Amino acid sequence: MTTTNVLLAGVGGQGTVLAGELLSRAALADGLDVKKSEIHGMSQRGGSVVSHVRFGREVFSPVIAVGEADLLLSFERLEALRYAPLLRPAGMVVLNRQSILPAPVLAGVATYPEEVEEPLRGRGLKVIAVDALELARVAGHPLTANVALLGVVSRYLSLTESAWSEALEAQIKPALLEVNRRAFQLGREAGLD
Amino acid sequence: MVQWSEVHSQWSPNEKVALEVGLGASLGGARALVTMKHVGLNVAADPLFTSAYSGINGGLVVLVADDPGMHSSQDEQDSRHYARAAKAPMLEPSDSAEALQMAVLGFELSERFDTPLLLRSTTRVSHAKSPVTFGERVEIPLKPYVTDPTKYVMVPAHARERRKVLERRLAEMREYAETAPVNRTEWRDTRVGIITAGVSYQYAREAVPDASVLKLGLVFPLPERLIREFAGKVDRLYIVEELDPYLEEHVRALGIEVEGKSLLPVYGELDPGIVAAALGGEERLAPAPFAGPLPGRPPVMCPGCPHRAVFYTLRELGATVFGDIGCYTLGFSAPLSAMHSQLCMGAGIGMALGAEKAGHQGPKVAVIGDSTFVHSGITGLIDVVYNQGNTTVLILDNSTTAMTGRQEHPATGRTLTGTPTHVLDLEGLVRAVGVEDVRVVDAYEMDALDSAIRAAVGHPKPSVVIVRRACALVDRKSWKPALTVDPDACLACGACGTLGCPGILPAAEGEQAPSIDPTLCTGCRECAQICPFDAIG
Repeated sequence: MTTTNVLLAGVGGQGTVLAGELLSRAALADGLDVKKSEIHGMSQRGGSVVSHVRFGREVFSPVIAVGEADLLLSFERLEALRYAPLLRPAGMVVLNRQSILPAPVLAGVATYPEEVEEPLRGRGLKVIAVDALELARVAGHPLTANVALLGVVSRYLSLTESAWSEALEAQIKPALLEVNRRAFQLGREAGLD
Repeated sequence: MVQWSEVHSQWSPNEKVALEVGLGASLGGARALVTMKHVGLNVAADPLFTSAYSGINGGLVVLVADDPGMHSSQDEQDSRHYARAAKAPMLEPSDSAEALQMAVLGFELSERFDTPLLLRSTTRVSHAKSPVTFGERVEIPLKPYVTDPTKYVMVPAHARERRKVLERRLAEMREYAETAPVNRTEWRDTRVGIITAGVSYQYAREAVPDASVLKLGLVFPLPERLIREFAGKVDRLYIVEELDPYLEEHVRALGIEVEGKSLLPVYGELDPGIVAAALGGEERLAPAPFAGPLPGRPPVMCPGCPHRAVFYTLRELGATVFGDIGCYTLGFSAPLSAMHSQLCMGAGIGMALGAEKAGHQGPKVAVIGDSTFVHSGITGLIDVVYNQGNTTVLILDNSTTAMTGRQEHPATGRTLTGTPTHVLDLEGLVRAVGVEDVRVVDAYEMDALDSAIRAAVGHPKPSVVIVRRACALVDRKSWKPALTVDPDACLACGACGTLGCPGILPAAEGEQAPSIDPTLCTGCRECAQICPFDAIG
C-alpha cells in the first residue's frame, strides 16, 4: 500500500496533538509503519498547531511534502484555508465549523474570511463539514470534539474499527473512555457524505 | 525520565551548570545524560570543550536539539560544528528508533574512548514519533571513582599532556568510524549516490528511492576511506543535509566532486518534496494560497496573563525596554508594542546597562522572567551594581517556566520530580548583590504597578521591581468569574482593546460595545481597572 498522509491543523487547546496521537496509535494497531511530527507554536494557547501523520507499509519522512497530503483534518475554519494548499489535487478536507478569531482580527487589523467551504470546493477538494462542538455536547463532554472529528475521519481512512477502539483505550483515561467512544461514534455517523 | 525513580533526574538553572553536574556524576562513576537545545549548548560550551581534554569516567552523553526553520528559537545554528570544534564525537539519529539505539551506543562509545559524546537531534526527530522496539534492560554498575589530578585538574601542564591524548583518541575514533555499524552504505542504483545523516536521510530515501546512500550515524569524526569508497562507485554524488554545508565541506576537502548547497537551501527545513525537486532538477511549485490575505495566528499572551499589565504600563511610560526570553517576549507585539530588544537568555540586563553607559536618554528598563533571571540574569544584575549603573530591572515572577510548558525552577520551591525544596528568595538575592531599591508588586494591581515602576525608574541607583503573580495556566484555582461589559456605560473608547487580551471581543455587528468571551475570561480585572467609564465588572 502507498503511504497515507494526514495533516491535522488547529488552534492551541483544541486537542489537535492528542488527535494526531490517536490516529498514529490506530495505524500502529493495524500493524502499519507510522511517523508523526508536530509543531505546536510558541504559545500555550492561541497559537496554531499542526501535526503530520503518515502511515503505510514503510514510511520514511515524518513530514508530508507540500502538495501530497491526502486528507486535512482542520479543527478550525481559517486554519483549513491556511493548510489546504498542502493537499494533493482532489484531496479531502474534514472541517470543524468553528471559528476562533486570531489576535490580528481581534485587534481589528485583519478580517476573518467569510467563506471557507466554497473556496475549498472551488479547488476541487472534497469537503465534509461538521459541528464537532455540538457532537461533543451530545456525546456528553465538550472536550471530546477532537475525538468526534476523528470519528468523521475514520470514514475516509482504511484503518479498522478495532484499531481505532484500541487507540482510544490506550490513550484515554478510563473515566473518560465511554464519553469519547460516544463522540467517536457520533462523528462516524455524521461523517457519512 | 521521572518515571524511573532509580535514575536521578533534575532541572539545573542553566545548561552550563547542568553539564557540570553531568560531568561530576560521570567522575563519580555514573552514566549521565545532559539535555539542551542548540542555543543552550552555547551556554554549556565552556565545560564541554575542556571535558573533551580530561575525558570522563561513567559514560557522558550530551543531547543537543537543533531547530532548523526556527519554529521556536532565536537562531538556527548548526551544532555539528561544536563536535568538530570541541573534538568530541557526535551521533545523529534519523528517527525515534535510532534515537534510542544511538543513546545506548553513545554511552558505550563515551566510555570506550573516554570522551563526552554529543547526540544531535533536530525538530523533526525530537518533535516526532515513530515505532520503537525496546531491548533488554542492562544494569550498569557504578564505576569506581579514581583520583587522578593529571586527568581532571586542567592546569596548563596537565592540559598540554591531555591535548596529546585527545589527538590520539581522535585518531582512534576516526579508525572506528570507518567500520562503525551506524555508518551504513545502502547500495541501489549507482548512477546517483547520496551522503546524508539525521532526518535528511529520511527525506532523501523518500525523494530518490532508487539512489545509493551512505548514511552517516557518526557525523564527527567522519570516515574518510568509507566516503572515498562510496564516492568512487557512484556516477553523481550529492549531499543532502539541513542548515550548513557541514558534510559537504568535509567531502570537498577530500578532493571529491559533490553537489549539495548549490541545489539545497542553507536555511530552513528540508522535506521530501524539496529534496526531490533539487536532485531531480525540476522547478518546485509553491502551493497557491487562497485569494486574499489570510490573517496570521501569532502566539498571544493568554487571558489573565500577569505579564500583560506590565507591558501596558511600560507603553504608557514610553520606556525603552530591553527584553529577554520567555512568554513575556510577546510584549513586543501590537497592541502592547513595549519591548525593543531580545537576544538570548539573560541578555536584557547587560544591554540596558550598556545603553545607559552609552548615554541613552529617557526611561529604560530590563524585563526578565523569574526562570530566565535564575538562568543567567543574576550576573548581569551584579554588573549593574558593580559598575554603578542605575538600571531598573523588572523581574516578572510568574512562579514557573511558562513558555516551555510550565517547568519548575529554583524559585518555585519544587524540583523536577515535584518534591518540595528550598524556595530561592529573589528579594533577598537582589538585595544581597547590592540593590537597595527593591519593590514587590502584584501584577494585577495596575495602579500599584504603575507607581512602583515609575518610582524605580526615577531612582538614581540600581533598582529592581519584582512583579509577582503566578502564571494563569498554573494557578487556575484563583480564576474569578468572567467579567461582562455594561453596554449602557461603555462609550466604545477602545481602551480595553489596547491590552491585547484575546478574551475581549470586538463589538458585534450592530453593537457599539465590545464583549468579553466568558469561556476565556479569568476575571483578572486588568481591563476593568483601565476602563475610564467603569463599564466592565
